[in-house]
This record gives sequence, structure tokens and C-alpha cells, in this order.
Amino acid sequence: MKYLEEFRNPQFAKALATKIAENAAGLREIKLMEVCGSHTMAIARYGIRRLLPQNIKLISGPGCPVCVTANGYLDKANAISRLPDVIIATFGDMMRVPGSTSSLEKERSKGSDIRIVYSTMDAITLAVNNPDKQVVFLGVGFETTAPTIAASVLRAKELDLQNYTVYCANKTMPNPMEAIASGDKVDLQGFICPAHVSTIIGARPYEFLAEKYGKSCVIAGFEPLDVLEAVKMLIEQIRIGKPIVQIQYSRVTTVEGNPTALKIMDKTFEVCDTEWRGLGNIPGSGLKLRKEFEEYDADIKFDVIVEPTQEEAGCICGDVMQGISSPTDCPLFGTVCTPEDPVGACMVSSEGSCAASYKYEQF
Amino acid sequence: MKNQDRILLGHGSGGKLSHKLLSDMFLKYFQNAELGKLNDAARIECPGESLVFSTDSYVVDPIFFPGGDIGKLAVCGTVNDVAMMGGRPLYLSVGFIIEEGLPLSDLETILGSMRAAAEEARVQIVTGDTKVVPKGTADKIFINTAGVGIPLAGTNLAGQNARVGDKIIVNGFVADHGITVMARREGLELDLDLKTDLAPLNHMIEEILEKTPDIHVMRDPTRGGVATTLNEIAWQSDVGIKLSEKDIPVSPQVNAVCEILGLDPLYIANEGKVLVFSPADYVDDVLSVMRANIYGQNACVIGEVVAEPQGRVYMDTVIGGQRMIDMLAGEQLPRIC
Repeated sequence: MKYLEEFRNPQFAKALATKIAENAAGLREIKLMEVCGSHTMAIARYGIRRLLPQNIKLISGPGCPVCVTANGYLDKANAISRLPDVIIATFGDMMRVPGSTSSLEKERSKGSDIRIVYSTMDAITLAVNNPDKQVVFLGVGFETTAPTIAASVLRAKELDLQNYTVYCANKTMPNPMEAIASGDKVDLQGFICPAHVSTIIGARPYEFLAEKYGKSCVIAGFEPLDVLEAVKMLIEQIRIGKPIVQIQYSRVTTVEGNPTALKIMDKTFEVCDTEWRGLGNIPGSGLKLRKEFEEYDADIKFDVIVEPTQEEAGCICGDVMQGISSPTDCPLFGTVCTPEDPVGACMVSSEGSCAASYKYEQF
Repeated sequence: MKNQDRILLGHGSGGKLSHKLLSDMFLKYFQNAELGKLNDAARIECPGESLVFSTDSYVVDPIFFPGGDIGKLAVCGTVNDVAMMGGRPLYLSVGFIIEEGLPLSDLETILGSMRAAAEEARVQIVTGDTKVVPKGTADKIFINTAGVGIPLAGTNLAGQNARVGDKIIVNGFVADHGITVMARREGLELDLDLKTDLAPLNHMIEEILEKTPDIHVMRDPTRGGVATTLNEIAWQSDVGIKLSEKDIPVSPQVNAVCEILGLDPLYIANEGKVLVFSPADYVDDVLSVMRANIYGQNACVIGEVVAEPQGRVYMDTVIGGQRMIDMLAGEQLPRIC
């Protein structure tokens, strides 16, 4: 395929790996965090760890949108799905995520009407085609999906749809990175910054990580050569001791981001505090619909009784997402918790670090 | 069938309507002496002492998709299962469970494709059954077929027979069927020419086995895809399997859909593919037979059997790394971003 195979070229991969090994020679152990779940997946799927020298450790961060969705959110989504005449529209990987006692997949088997959609506009179409039902879209994801959710709300307003709402749990990226960078639990030297989040927000929102916390940052694409090149750039920064924000994914990402997307996000959303599974409440890290759009806010529209939130005992997803522990440190990993029967969200999401490790790296 | 264009509950009553359905539809499409006798069971000639026998039920949604439908699937699927065990399929049974209200025109289309597929595979549908269930208790139409065949002389195929050094051959692009059906089911508006690979493979397989009877394993990577099938064989034979990612054939269209939706083609269903475990010496023979057949033109070697790790499958990735290939857990779900 054009512009895909080019980024999976084995000769270039080998050359990059050689260069990385040369530059990393003699350095102490370097920990780099890939923030985004798609990077976690690419690293495991292409076996990138095996191409890197021993002293470079890639650790997974909190950038899998499914993994960081709080139990309480899932419990309420499940409760809404049980209401009569409600259709839940969701991206596919939310289906199996366990809440306190149930999941959307289980609710569907009990009769809830839950549809997997591929875009927010599919959810709008569902609402148009089912005027006697309430369509509730589960707004999960980072800045990558937030503009499309904003666009759906604007579209619903334009069409004067009375039966479309979003149950919003959108999150923003730089704040949890600060929570990790400012803490002393992980000795990180750099971040592989998310590709598509950065396509929306640009490079500037990461600058404080380099300036205030001395972390090297490279915005990287999701193909294996992108990741390898980003590692190479990070090692070069670390070698010369000058942390900055660089863009490896320059074929898509610019310093300023996508102004159109940022504008519609700003129009429809305001910043709020939000709960991250495993990380707790991070101030200013969430998005909620502005007051003038509250008729599209499912959280306000549907008053349901939600079961008390229960956290799974023994699951260390929170530590895994902060890079404090690796998946195999968890006593549940691969025994009680498997992709077939996941306990924590890191195992259920295809982009979760536990799922990636279980699926691709257990030799 | 005058003045009726849909299946009624009465068509399953066993009375006049049932008989009319039988004579006007099923016998029209599946004509052979044995079925025509309308007895409770077929008495069939079966040379030799042992049989190859398989059954499968088909519940695909949607029932029509580019390149095939549930009828063609019900014939090819069972024919292929018999062929995979070194059998020459001869006879099929067919059981229909039909939802009240199915348009008769849809049933006719399905029967027409079953007839065409059976003719191509040279099998006879010799016995059958029909039930009609109330609307809402089945999804349009479910079909079960069972197939019997005779084992081809000198063959000994089984999932337990993979040996270290065997080469693994596939007869063309993987994941075409699953992606085509999914795209149609989900109404994905993709400007792509997707088509199922659904086909009866028995003639191609028989040719391979005539030329090289010492093939160790054959299996069709249907549900769960190539990854799941290879895991089954690695486990059954207690061997390791090593794949080479760069050699796995995926069409550009299917690759594009998989990239967009975050799906792995190795876990997507096929309905016209066979994985052949061949001793290295016979690889060229297998490839030449496959490539001369319309269902094997893109045949290639995708991996080999190794001693370690026992019961596991791994892959050399395109960039020179390695990763495990596990069985599919649950259904593959499209990702958020």
C-alpha cells in the first residue's frame, strides 16, 4: 500500500536500530514512555523491543482511551443502556470493557440495543433513522476523537435532533503526562508523544514538559519506522542533554495543530476535572459540553440509578498505566486476567499494554 | 406458489404447503434420483470401507454478500471440510431453518447458488429437511449441511501430523471473506472492490494429493483466521510454527480496511483458503498445482514448522522483529482511534 509499506521497510529499520545502538552505547539505562496505546500496539506488534539495545526501556503510558475510562462511567453507560427506547452507539473497543459488575457486551446479550459505529456521524444517522428512540453516543477518547464528537453535536443542533445525546468522558493528553513527569515514581527521560492527538493540538502543549521537567519529547507516527526514528531522535536529545519538543510525524503534524478542529472543540466543550481509571482525578484533564449544548449531554438528560462502583482487587492497571509496573508484574496477568476474560481495562482494550504484552510478547 | 411471495409458518407445517414448497422449490433446484424418492433417508452407494464425514451450520449475516451468499457458503464450507481430511466429497444433506416472512425470491436465489456450488464441487444433495419458525425467532435463514466422502488412497491428513521442517503454504490472499461480510454488514461506505474468496476447493486439493499424497496437514482457516488455525495445529502436533509477515498475502483493499479499523488480517475468516503443511521437498509441486488453479493463483509459502516453542506460533515481523501470534479471544472489535 502506498505510504504504508514505506514505513515498514526492513532495511531502514535495521539502519535505524544500528544508529540507536551506536548512540545509546555507554549511556545509563534510559526509560522512554510511549504515551499512546497505538504506539504500545505498534511496538509489540512489530517486535520493536527486540531491535533496541538493552539499556533502552520502552514503557507504556496512560494513552489508551478505553483503559483510562473510569468504572463509574461504564456503570452509568450500562445503566442508560437498560432504559427503554435507548440505543447506545459506541466505538467497538468499549464493548467488552468491564465496569463494576457488567459490560456493554453483557448488557447487549440481556437485550440492550447497543450498536458499534465507526464514526460519530454514523450515530447521527442512527438518530435520524430512529426518531422514536434516544441515541446515546459514548464519547470516549482523547483530542483525536473530541473534534468528531463536537462535530456530531453541532450537526445534531443543525438538524434540530431531539433524540441525540453524548455521554461524555473525553480526556486531554498533556495533563496526565505532567502528573507522571512531576512524580518521582518513574525515572523517565523522555516521551514518545502521541501522533494523532498531536495532529489536533500541535507541539506547543508539550513544551512545558521539556522546559519545566527536563523531559525530551518527540511526536511520532504509528508505523514501526516512525517509532524507531522517534527513539533515535530522543536518544540524540538525551546524549546532548538538551530536552526539546520535536516532530518526527511531520507528514501529518504541525507545530500549531489543526485550527479547525481546535475551534469546534472550543465551541462545544469546556475543560473539567475528570477521573482516570488507575490514576484518580486529574484536574483540568477532561472535556464536558458547554452549557449552551447541555440538551445534548446524556449525563444530564438521563437520570438513572447507578450501582455502587467497585474496583477490582489485585489489578494493578493504574501502576501499569503510569509506567511504575510492567504488565508481567501483575499477579493476575495471564492467569486470572486474560484477553478472553479480562479483569482490568489494560487487558481488554486492543491498545492496552497488558493485552499487547499478552498477545505479542510472551515467548 | 401462486399469490405467495413469502415464507409462511404453514410452509413448515408438514401439510400441503410444505409439500408444495418441497416440489416447487427444493426439488426444482436439487434434482437427483435419490432425493426425488422423497423417503425419510437416502440410501447411497459408497465405495470402500471408510468414510470422511463432516457437518457445519451457517448463520451468516448478511445472507447475501459480494461474491456469494449463505447457500453457496453452506455447500462450499462442508465440501471443504471433507476435502481437508483427504476426502472426496460425494453427498450432502441440507437442513433449513427459515424465519417466517423470508421472501421466496431470496430462497430461490439461495437454492440457485447451492445448486451451482454443488455442481461445481460435483456433490449431490441427497436428503434434506425444512423448518419454519415464527418471525423474530431466527434471522432470515439458517442452513446446516453434512457431507460424506471417501478417503483418497494413500493420504493421511490430520492436525496431529505437522512435522518440524514442514513448509506452510496458503493458496492466496487472506481475510477477503471476513472483511467483505463485515463491510456489508456494517454498511461501511468504502469505495473498494471487496469480494469473498468463497469457493469449493475439493478439486484443487484432490489434484495436490494425487501429485503429493504425503502432505501432513491441510486445514481451512475459516473462523478465527490463519492465526487461530495455526495455533490449533501447533497445539495438536506439539510443534512451533514460525511465520514470515512479509510473505503473508493480503490484497491492498483488504489491507486498507484492516488498517482503518485496526483489524489484523491474520484473525479474519476465509472461506476459500487452505493451509497446507508440506514436506519441503514437495513445496514446488504443491505450488505449481495451486497456481494452475483459479483458486490458487496467488499461492505462496508463509512459514514453517519449527521445534520450539512447542504449541505456539510466532512471526518474524516485516521490520525484522518478532512477535507471538495467539488465538483470537472473542470477536475482533474496531478501535476508537
